Amino acid sequence: MLLIYCPYCEKELPEIEFHGEGEAHIERPANMADLSDEDFEKFFFIRENEKGIVFERWRHLHGCGRFFNAARHSVSDKFIKTYKAGEPKPKLTKKEIEAVLPPAKSTPANEPIWTIEKEGEKK
Amino acid sequence: MRKFSAFAVAREAMRSHKGWEKQWANPEPKSSYDVIIVGAGGHGLATAYYLASVHGITNVAVLEKGWLGGGNTGRNTTIIRSNYLYDESAGMYNHAVKLWEGLSQELNYNVMFSQRGVMMLTHNVHDVQVAQRHLHANRLNGVDNSWVTPEEAKEFCPPLNISKSVRYPVMGAALQRKGGVARHDAVAWGYARKAAAMGVHIIQQCEVKSVNRDESGAVTGVNTTRGTINSKKVGVVAAGHTSVLMDMAGVRMPLESYPLQALVSEPVKPIFPCVVMSNTVHAYISQSDKGELVIGAGTDQYTSYSQTGGLHIATHTLEAICEMFPIFARMKMLRSWGGIVDVTPDRSPILAKTPVKGLYVNCGWGTGGFKATPGSGHVFAHTIANDEPHKINAGFTLERFHNGRLIDEAAAAAVAH
Repeated sequence: MLLIYCPYCEKELPEIEFHGEGEAHIERPANMADLSDEDFEKFFFIRENEKGIVFERWRHLHGCGRFFNAARHSVSDKFIKTYKAGEPKPKLTKKEIEAVLPPAKSTPANEPIWTIEKEGEKK
Repeated sequence: MRKFSAFAVAREAMRSHKGWEKQWANPEPKSSYDVIIVGAGGHGLATAYYLASVHGITNVAVLEKGWLGGGNTGRNTTIIRSNYLYDESAGMYNHAVKLWEGLSQELNYNVMFSQRGVMMLTHNVHDVQVAQRHLHANRLNGVDNSWVTPEEAKEFCPPLNISKSVRYPVMGAALQRKGGVARHDAVAWGYARKAAAMGVHIIQQCEVKSVNRDESGAVTGVNTTRGTINSKKVGVVAAGHTSVLMDMAGVRMPLESYPLQALVSEPVKPIFPCVVMSNTVHAYISQSDKGELVIGAGTDQYTSYSQTGGLHIATHTLEAICEMFPIFARMKMLRSWGGIVDVTPDRSPILAKTPVKGLYVNCGWGTGGFKATPGSGHVFAHTIANDEPHKINAGFTLERFHNGRLIDEAAAAAVAH
């Protein structure tokens, strides 16, 4: 379970108090009726789904009820920071990103733990 | 490749099992192939097998960054069913069920397909109405599904608690008797063995780093951790990592990757004769042939590539199971794990050509791709071989997200998550 810092309550609280609300910083077009199908698809369906740093919305559903944004690494699941709704996407420093990187051999997805036995090689 | 048979088992028993051969080779990658499949899971290997067996294309490489069958193929709860609402889905999943029925014989490999029945419980009036709607849609599509009363459900699955005093009493169930389970690893191994025997190269520990395209934009091959491999046709079958791979070719996808967990209990004697799932209370349970109860949990609420999920997600499922099956309340859970599932906005897969010439994608199976493995591979092989979708996957396009022809199983609540 994640521990999430609510920037309004100014407390780190367990994930079950929160509801994930998907990718952050998606701007709802003001001229929705005039959008082409391609532009509507981009706004409504296409997602970054980054393997790395993600910006996402959360809602402190069972607390203050407010929406806020977060920057998190989607392999280590560690948060870099959370910030209030309406604030611009933060520019992350190299140091901040390095602090949340997964260890090089953290999961089988990063580093296979099994090696191929070479043809003809004796066990 | 030597054929498996009762005679072969007897022969090997006589000589201390020293005559079994390796089931597939680990070849060095060649510089070019007719088709490259990225991802050696069930769907990727099935695609390679049907390319070879149905379309005669054997100069195929299946590239895998980890090990064969080590992703979601080895992490799912092995359930097979086809009682989906929409015509396109019914066509796809029923095609798969028909192929499952003859798969062990076709591959000469026991995939332990067991049509023990899949029962989907209903707990309130809305559930009953949804289930009835599915039953009628299934009937019109020729998909096996039937209604059972709580008493009949109890008879079909004796551990089920049909008491009226629980929080969400069982009001009946939709039962697909042709549904069931198969041994997931054996599916990957069976396809790998037969495909390799026909000349397909399965290249493990070979991660694709970038996709090469020529001046016209068409695919020319991929750069991997084991060098550049050329091919005019590349099929991406990479489940949770599809967005990452498609991004290399400049195609942005309507996908989000979530962790999905499963867990197994300590093994016990046969007690659970079928598969039971309940969308409302989120119970999802069967028993493996080893005796473990196999339990599927839900997805986490955030996107992640971590292959682990929150414990509270698994707890939620176990609470429901303890109420539906009080007999299991004192069982110990043995192992739990997670996989990364790629979820589309309408919860239906994408098996299609892409805007990039020579690039094909088979993704978006979300929380329920295992059941479709043979059907998915079969129609995706057709799509790659003919540069044209099979009529069964004609609706599962990438374009549906801008022309609006969604296959909205999410709204139909046909999926268990």
